[in-house]
Amino acid sequence: MKAPGVPKIASLADLFAVAYQIEADAVERYDLLADQMDTHNNPELAVVFRDLSRAEAIHRDEIRRLAGDIDVIAHARRMAKWGRGESPEQADIGAAHYMMTPWHALQLALAGEQRALAFFQSIVGATKDPEIKKMAEEFVEEEAEHVNLVHRLLRRYPEPPESWSQDPDPAISQE
Amino acid sequence: MSTLDVRAAYKPSDYKSDVKPIWCPGCGDYHVLMSFTRAFAELGLPPEQIVVVSGIGCSSRIPAYTNCYGFHGVHGRSLAVAAGLKITRPDLTVVVASGDGDGYSIGGNHFLHACRRNIDMTYVVMDNHIYGMTKGQPSPTTEPEFDTALSPGGTGLRPFHPLVIALASGANFIARCFSGEPNETASVLVEAIRHPGFSFIEILSPCVTYRPDEKEWKNLVHPAPVAATSDPAKAARRIMTDDGFNLGILYRGDRKPYQPAIGQASVDPSELEREFEL
Repeated sequence: MKAPGVPKIASLADLFAVAYQIEADAVERYDLLADQMDTHNNPELAVVFRDLSRAEAIHRDEIRRLAGDIDVIAHARRMAKWGRGESPEQADIGAAHYMMTPWHALQLALAGEQRALAFFQSIVGATKDPEIKKMAEEFVEEEAEHVNLVHRLLRRYPEPPESWSQDPDPAISQE
Repeated sequence: MSTLDVRAAYKPSDYKSDVKPIWCPGCGDYHVLMSFTRAFAELGLPPEQIVVVSGIGCSSRIPAYTNCYGFHGVHGRSLAVAAGLKITRPDLTVVVASGDGDGYSIGGNHFLHACRRNIDMTYVVMDNHIYGMTKGQPSPTTEPEFDTALSPGGTGLRPFHPLVIALASGANFIARCFSGEPNETASVLVEAIRHPGFSFIEILSPCVTYRPDEKEWKNLVHPAPVAATSDPAKAARRIMTDDGFNLGILYRGDRKPYQPAIGQASVDPSELEREFEL
């Protein structure tokens, strides 16, 4: 098996399946991050990640509804695979930190939404199929709205000072 | 139902347990767990036909987080447990998880002989160049100049080179992966599990708590510029001269796996008792 790079969109079913998987992956990732924050006693951030997860879940379910008779789950399992890196909206778990703040969480969300936006824009630019183009344009609209939404949320959470990761009881090596 | 249908019946989440990982946020081992479940789903193996065996350490928590059979064993002895299991139950897929301390120090001797025996199993070592669970002591792969309260001025010791040792000891499949590329790692895992004999995968998996400098690894790793070789001499030269961040399958051997005949013991236990009678 060779991990593919970016899924090829050859039909409307492919587009729905990929769009569905992008949102499903985002939900799974935010849930994982929320669990991590629960485990590491950062409940404020766990709430933020769960809110992000809920928002993505709504979008995921909406795509499934839009897809009608297309079995997006089965179709996605067959073809919605990314190679190096992960699917566009998956937050980078390598960037997680037990003392991270809502600002950091929203930065991860913003990066994910921007990657998804760029992904659907690339489909709009590449496809010759008018149906795929029309639907991909709708996804571009939605992702652009999400980018704006995250920007608005960020106004509530200013960037923390550089000392945000300083732990008064740090995990230092044994003396 | 065709084989393809059966394979399609499993998804990565089918291999996850309900136990929530307690690794530090940002730890590379989260990605390794994802790679495991993705690889198992790709292989389409029922969870009850897979056994994940481990020793002790952060990485060795992984069996609890999977829905497969698991054996969280004693420090450094995961390969011994796995070898016994695979010999008696060759029908099972055996994947062994370890870290650089568990696998190369406490379990170093088992590593050599597991490679030599070439039993058909897959050995995954999550290498973060530190003992994380016990709070940051230098491991066999820690750089000599790594300066901490536990190793003032650095250890001054040359790091262990696991891939070279695996090759010299007879491993039949050798690869290096980076945890931050879970899909690529899953692909390599699939190939390692399918490859007959002892497959060894070193996964560079950053410890963000005791080695925050390892966050830089994502900018250092790169795919191997050439395809895997089956020539051990060529593989040795490549592995010895690479920069330690060369990712991919580096060696695919063709040695026959060791699998003794089982279930044919004809010796009566009383005969053995007589033989050892004092």
